[in-house]
Amino acid sequence: MEFLQPTTWTEALEMKAAHPEALPIAGGTDVMVEINFDRQRPAAVIDLTKVAELEEWGTENGMLRVGAGVTYSRIIEELGGRLPGLAMASRTVGSPQIRNRGTVGGNLGSASPAGDAHPPLLSSGALVELASASGSRRVPVREFFVGPKRNAMRNDELIAAFLVEPTRGPEQFSKVGTRNAMVIAVCSFAIALDVERKRVGTGIGSAGPTPLAAIDAEEFMAGVLDESGLWERPADVDPNAVARFGELVAAAARPIDDVRGTAAYRRHALAVLARRTFTWAWDERRRSA
Amino acid sequence: MGMGRTPPVGLMRITCTVNGKQVSADDVWAGESLLYVLRERLGLFGSKNACEQGECGSCSVYLDGKLVCACLVLGGQAEGREIVTVEGIGSDGALHAVQEAFVEAGAVQCGFCTPGLIVAAHDLLNRIPEPSTVQIREALAGNICRCTGYAKIIDAVHLAARGLAQSR
Ligand SMILES: Cc1cc2nc3c(=O)[nH]c(=O)nc-3n(C[C@H](O)[C@H](O)[C@H](O)COP(=O)(O)OP(=O)(O)OC[C@H]3O[C@@H](n4cnc5c(N)ncnc54)[C@H](O)[C@@H]3O)c2cc1C
Repeated sequence: MEFLQPTTWTEALEMKAAHPEALPIAGGTDVMVEINFDRQRPAAVIDLTKVAELEEWGTENGMLRVGAGVTYSRIIEELGGRLPGLAMASRTVGSPQIRNRGTVGGNLGSASPAGDAHPPLLSSGALVELASASGSRRVPVREFFVGPKRNAMRNDELIAAFLVEPTRGPEQFSKVGTRNAMVIAVCSFAIALDVERKRVGTGIGSAGPTPLAAIDAEEFMAGVLDESGLWERPADVDPNAVARFGELVAAAARPIDDVRGTAAYRRHALAVLARRTFTWAWDERRRSA
Repeated sequence: MGMGRTPPVGLMRITCTVNGKQVSADDVWAGESLLYVLRERLGLFGSKNACEQGECGSCSVYLDGKLVCACLVLGGQAEGREIVTVEGIGSDGALHAVQEAFVEAGAVQCGFCTPGLIVAAHDLLNRIPEPSTVQIREALAGNICRCTGYAKIIDAVHLAARGLAQSR
């Protein structure tokens, strides 16, 4: 195994071009488990933790651009106010040890259907910035996950950053597991209300081959809020509409039976999570209006 | 990588600071964890090797001031970094208040998880000098103990917090 350690982003991209088979490593919280258990023996690893550019975040045309190497702990501490949904999800990741080391870039790299950063990135319509020695492109996160643990990144590319608009309304994230910490989600759900554009964003985790958005549910609820003028004058939302929203979220999932739960349980739980998180988000909207 | 000589293919030398001293390890395989380097190359056996998947916290150390699982850090990633292990928590011949509190509260049974818990509790008290029980549980969620049932560990952290407050 070869160990490559670029110290600049340009160098990292050149190394990836020269060694397309090399496995990038950031926080190592996924990669090291694979190596320790001999599940993967890559010919080379590229350590990205000396590349300062990956650890930066800033704003760009009103969007936040967050380097792939920003850890969950830093998302919580530094971006909690601007990305509340992602920060909530980050708080549920592993333990302090894992949050201090694990990165959103690594979550995107692994592209697990259970990755906790994915639902809030889906609900807020984030973009993933991929780069290679020959240029960069920005892929909507809704097109980034292409299969179980597979993403749209080519093998000459690295994840540079994700881009997302700072919060435009209440956001929530909720996850079902057997403990409050250290659990892979049985299923999870994120919601983001975009009060300015009158849109509802959703993200489903751990209930399909990839993380998913519940598009029918989004359109349905945005329509309900629109028709009754509730975006402008927040008041009670018809409980039947909230229940229908839950059903549409459950219908968008494509869960399987596995050791963590059955498909039927996941669908049921998603409908509950969708109703609950919508209600929490809407209560916040009403309080702030 | 500082290469003092030509190592066999894929093996390297790592130089970093451990418990305040600059140290080097030779012939490190590229896939080797920091935990392995600490224990097998540097003879620091305080950090325990148990799950090798970040679940148990027995190998908790500081890496550039952040609490991490040494089993999930690649040896090469430690190059030029500063590591503090449980051996660096107390001073020569004197236990740290967190260690004293674990002894006093009876928070140690078989002792295997203790080093990791000491480092994690030390990190918590650096961040939150007087944590609530909920904050302690949250902070120690990544450290597994199969003997104590955690009650005495939580007592020990409260005790350490009081001890540290008095000595300030
Ligand atoms: C004990 C434990 C608990 C966990 N709990 C959770 C949890 O609750 N929720 C959750 O979602 N995850 C959890 N995880 C999984 C893991 O922590 C996350 O997926 C984390 O986001 C991975 O980030 P990393 O920086 O450690 O990635 P790495 O392990 O370094 O990399 C992961 C993947 O991404 C690739 N990669 C990393 N950075 C880049 C980049 N810049 N460009 C291209 N590819 C890249 C790597 O090649 C690899 O394929 C847990 C892991 C452990 C060990």
